[in-house]
Amino acid sequence: MHELSIAAAILEAAQREVALHQNAPLQKIVVRLGELAAVDAEALRFSFEMITKATEFEPVELELEFIFRTNRCAGCGAEFAVKDMEFRCPVCGSQDTSFLRGDELEIAYLELEDV
Amino acid sequence: MITHRIQIEKKVLNENQRIAADLRRRFEESGTLVLNLISSPGSGKTSLLECTLACLPRSTRVAVLTGDIQTENDAQRLQRFGFLVKQITTGGTCHLDARMIERAIASWDLDDLDLLFIENVGNLVCPSSYDLGEAAKIVILSVTEGEDKPLKYPSIFFKSELMVLNKVDLLPYVPFSVAVAVENAKRTHPGIEVILTSCTTDYGLNGWLHWLDSRVTTARNSQAVLV
Repeated sequence: MHELSIAAAILEAAQREVALHQNAPLQKIVVRLGELAAVDAEALRFSFEMITKATEFEPVELELEFIFRTNRCAGCGAEFAVKDMEFRCPVCGSQDTSFLRGDELEIAYLELEDV
Repeated sequence: MITHRIQIEKKVLNENQRIAADLRRRFEESGTLVLNLISSPGSGKTSLLECTLACLPRSTRVAVLTGDIQTENDAQRLQRFGFLVKQITTGGTCHLDARMIERAIASWDLDDLDLLFIENVGNLVCPSSYDLGEAAKIVILSVTEGEDKPLKYPSIFFKSELMVLNKVDLLPYVPFSVAVAVENAKRTHPGIEVILTSCTTDYGLNGWLHWLDSRVTTARNSQAVLV
């Protein structure tokens, strides 16, 4: 259960950015969450609600973009979601595929109200 | 209401990442091999370290940072081998982060160290998110835990270079298939290496020490390239 510290890190990072933009009211934070990030989406949402409750950030929406584990085939270049730990390329059948994305835990962008 | 968007594209744990990158650079410059040991509670991290410290030649300059939520028990267990050991008590936090490592080693001269073990808090989930500047993560799984752990906790198996399968002396008494566990680990992370060990019978410790020795040598040689 480290989602609370992650929620706090998200809010702190957002606050720093807002300060750089004349403290314009923050409306939304969009976070990319990879399947392999070991972060539970529901626990993260709950933690974020908890730390923003009764603060100026209470109306801020936390949007999570879920990123599936994706591999790329070295043979044909196809990109595919890895399901049930099946790493073989579904297009050409090659075993030679490698990790492309799916471990993200990053802030993609913020939405601020124009002041 | 008009809104505008600011692209950020930063890791959430950016601050941890920054400190970890700084630590990694320092470890590489001093030629110190740093290994981050992660497992569930009770799978034998401290026992494996006890066996390892007992076997290592005194000339190897080793240190251990051991993380727990409470107590100095692990540090006390490990101190008797005469190497540098320091306990980090997190006071409730379920993982170690880069800042804790930075503070713990603040007074150490890394040039005096060949090898640093970081024994993380017992937990297969949270420690996998925090880079500590290590050269490699090692996941320890014991045969009493169930062979599907790599499928249930893929993140840590995906990020570990090596899986130590511990307590193999108990195999006759538990329904655990080594082949299935290894297959599950490889399905999660095709490149993962596997070493079977028992800290009770010393089974497999030679293979583990050999793995360590080759990694220590690599770390030292790449330092020679840096300097």
